[in-house]
Amino acid sequence: MSDLFRDHILEHYRRPRCHGTLEAPDARVEDANPLCGDRLVMDFRFEDGRIAAVRFTGTGCSISQAAASLVCEAIEGRSIDEVKGMTRQDMLDLLGVDDLGPVRSKCAMLALKTVKAAAWGVARWDDEEEESA
Amino acid sequence: MSHVSRHPAGASGSPDAPVVAPGPTGFDAREVRSRFPLLTQPREKPLVYLDSAATSQKPQAVLDAMDRYYRTCNANIHRGVYGIAEEATALFEDARRRFARFVNASPREIVFTRNSTEALNLVARAWGGWALRAGDAILLTPMEHHSNLVPWQMLAAERGLELRFIPITGSGELDLDALPGLFADGRVKAVSFVHVSNVLGTVNPATELARIAHEHGATVILDASQSAAHMALDVKALGADFVACTAHKMLGPTGIGMLWGRREILEAMPPFLGGGEMIRTVSLTSSTWNELPWKFEAGTLAIAEAVGLGAAVTFLEGLGMEHVFAHDRALARYAMERLAEVPGVRVLGPPADRRGGVVAFTVEGVHPHDVAMVLDRDGVCVRAGHHCAQPLHDQLGIPASARASFHCYSVPEDVDALVTGLAEVRRLFA
Repeated sequence: MSDLFRDHILEHYRRPRCHGTLEAPDARVEDANPLCGDRLVMDFRFEDGRIAAVRFTGTGCSISQAAASLVCEAIEGRSIDEVKGMTRQDMLDLLGVDDLGPVRSKCAMLALKTVKAAAWGVARWDDEEEESA
Repeated sequence: MSHVSRHPAGASGSPDAPVVAPGPTGFDAREVRSRFPLLTQPREKPLVYLDSAATSQKPQAVLDAMDRYYRTCNANIHRGVYGIAEEATALFEDARRRFARFVNASPREIVFTRNSTEALNLVARAWGGWALRAGDAILLTPMEHHSNLVPWQMLAAERGLELRFIPITGSGELDLDALPGLFADGRVKAVSFVHVSNVLGTVNPATELARIAHEHGATVILDASQSAAHMALDVKALGADFVACTAHKMLGPTGIGMLWGRREILEAMPPFLGGGEMIRTVSLTSSTWNELPWKFEAGTLAIAEAVGLGAAVTFLEGLGMEHVFAHDRALARYAMERLAEVPGVRVLGPPADRRGGVVAFTVEGVHPHDVAMVLDRDGVCVRAGHHCAQPLHDQLGIPASARASFHCYSVPEDVDALVTGLAEVRRLFA
């Protein structure tokens, strides 16, 4: 089990990047983790097939909020297609952890689910739920 | 960590460990602990298990009983006439008798289910679906576990029933002064409530509430999931009509729950699930029902688990439920005292003398999930979340809480480890 309370996760939790909302966003996606009450709201601006801007607000544990900060920072400027193809492993790499148990995984993957829902233009994206092998 | 030396791996606590708080209350918790294999398993970090309200650990006696059943007489019950089938049937029914005696009931009135949730669904579906009419009201409390809320919501939506709630006070106790108003229009036909809150620890005045409900002609359903595991339960003295329990919180295995129902109601109401065992005669187009309690036990039940439950009951009787309750409450009091020392920690619920062995708390500025995850690094297991009581947390104005809960094998050093771990939580998140 990797140590989730490493400096960069706590740093992103304390000083999240891309935090806030966008005025008149092209998409607003909200998702929540019913188990522990993690909640994320993300605003997106799309330009020429790219994520021109993304901002998030939310409440929840440090993993869920740090993951949102990390993934938003990573996707700003990237193409929508790239975001569509992001995987669970990409999220783990951003967090800098080898793997997560099924419960903590839900906290960590909430942000990825939210950005993928926006990229695919759907209200909800559930495919990152499956546990690791 | 300071507790490491007090909890040598593989032992039940060193005999010369300083007793820092409530001494034994009728039994020696260290000795009790030594009878739980999971708690004495050698491991890298000593395990500090503080989540008994979610599920209890299991003593060797329970594991042995189940193992013995599978090794020596595994067969389906109530069917075969051969030796081991008779033996299995006898063991199964003996478990029912032991549990019946444990709660002062007749074995006829004890229905085995999968868990408390299924027991409560049985009551909502089979009794509620039969006895309640559109316009009737069901009185609940905001501190219900989802298992005693959602089945009633489902029934209410289907049948046009109204759900009402007894308000709770600032200390997390039921406001009984509101009862006259809630019963005033005579529409409340069922009152279903939790005996001991799995979040607040509140011990609700079950006998008094049952008496008042009966004065208004309502049927009383008690969710005893937390209480049956921790205090002496006398279904006759409680005065309820149905009582739901689950084995896995009372040192028994998962997969088996118990519903006690008043005999005349169980006789009158229709069955819950249809299938084998619950019938007397079957033709192609109709059936008649078996006698109690088998009328409510369709299909092959969890036989080994029932046997395990029987062993758990015997184990608890050996300790004495009044001692278990005193032990849990003393630990809750000690935990509340120690947690008061930690800056930023707020304990939910009533004072220790009005609660069971459950202490939920929040740490200012730290999400409960983070609290639990930091504690986990030191082997301290607490629950974090809404504990299947989301509406209660909404009422308290918090998204979630962390919870420490105790059983007969818990020791003051477990609380000390929690408090030490919380200092680390504050260091990381301050």
